[in-house]
Amino acid sequence: MKNIIVFILVLCGGLGFSQTAMQSIKGGSFVPLYGLKEDSLVVVEPFYMDKTPVTNKEYLEFVNQNKLWKKSKVPALYADDRYLQNWSNDTSFAKNQENYPVTNVSWFAAKNYCAAQGKRLPTLNEWEFAAMASPEEIDARKDAAFTSKILSGYETPNTYLQNVGEDEANYWGVHNLHGMVWEWTSDFNSVMLSSENRNNNDTNLFCGAGAIGASDLMNYAAFMRYAMRASVKAKYSMQNMGFRCAKNK
Amino acid sequence: MKQITLFLLAMLFIVSCQTSTKDKDNKTATSKTETEQTDNSLSIFQLPSEWETQEDETIELESLKGNVLAVVMIYTSCQAACPRLVADMKNIQEKVGDNTKKPVKYVFVSIDPETDTPQRFKEFSVENNMTDDKWLFLRSSEDNTREFANVLAVQYKEISPIDFSHSNIISVFDENGVLVHQQEGLGVDNDETIQAIQELAS
Repeated sequence: MKNIIVFILVLCGGLGFSQTAMQSIKGGSFVPLYGLKEDSLVVVEPFYMDKTPVTNKEYLEFVNQNKLWKKSKVPALYADDRYLQNWSNDTSFAKNQENYPVTNVSWFAAKNYCAAQGKRLPTLNEWEFAAMASPEEIDARKDAAFTSKILSGYETPNTYLQNVGEDEANYWGVHNLHGMVWEWTSDFNSVMLSSENRNNNDTNLFCGAGAIGASDLMNYAAFMRYAMRASVKAKYSMQNMGFRCAKNK
Repeated sequence: MKQITLFLLAMLFIVSCQTSTKDKDNKTATSKTETEQTDNSLSIFQLPSEWETQEDETIELESLKGNVLAVVMIYTSCQAACPRLVADMKNIQEKVGDNTKKPVKYVFVSIDPETDTPQRFKEFSVENNMTDDKWLFLRSSEDNTREFANVLAVQYKEISPIDFSHSNIISVFDENGVLVHQQEGLGVDNDETIQAIQELAS
């Protein structure tokens, strides 16, 4: 039975259901800024990554095919009550927001969306690897201008209210990794920044004071992302959190 | 929603009046089940994943329906925290005892499914004197495990093949698979967990 479903999905994929275009990421190794072990080299195998975050329009197609993920149907186990909060009902959102990134989607929703496309969520290391590239360089983390642009994106409100794919693509041809939305990764919760200490304080997603020890801006930007990931739970649906999918090569 | 609940309560009232000849315990059990069912969209029994047990059987979580569950995520090759968690679970089981009205299962879910084969789990259960069927050891794919951890909000990361880091949480589910209580940390007082299980299983 499962095989048949998979077959049909593959068939549908082949028949041109609109799918986000993917870019090939060659892979390589890098030292993540906040791994569990400091200074450990992480190897990222070659993979494909969606060029842009998943949009409202694309997500609507998924919802139409998978009724479980309708706003009115989604089990509380998989998403909190802010799920698709800015959609006016199960199948509509503001007309001009078609190509805005879908937000207010939980990790479960994102995971299932990608699976339905024959894809998967990127791992944290894959995401960070792709996101350290500027338009010119594979690893631009030492470039002050690149980093301060990322940080200024974090300071700008409502960055999710814009069309995807309109910024300059990075080295890999991937858009919007910065300056748009936070993005789910498959293992978002795997780095523990003692988020347990903040357990009863869900609204306080960032603990800026904790970053004082971070040596420079570059660390600070990465710290923001890791702290954010450590503080969310898989059923959270947040205004400024979207996702994109990845695929093995 | 409120109206439905009221309606259900009214129905229950009528039903319990009709069955007033039956013994009291029966009635309490029924009414409890009805209230809990309103929360079923939070049930872990919705997870479609399949799991292998220490007896090498394949089950879906839904087959655990009707049991109160105490669940912890471990891996058998763990040196530091896991023996403590196993000890905690045994301590909790001892205090709760075997004479609960509803069956209680103590479930260990592997975060190292590659190593924790059904055979390995079987040996582990023998080594730790946890051989009867209230002890359940489960493993699934990495993906399903990650999803399950996310339902429990357990964080873990593979550091090296034999050393995992993870948060230590014992979770209690009611007979419908709804998360009711979580105990976090090592060597913490087990009393609240024990009380939660006793209340659910009575």
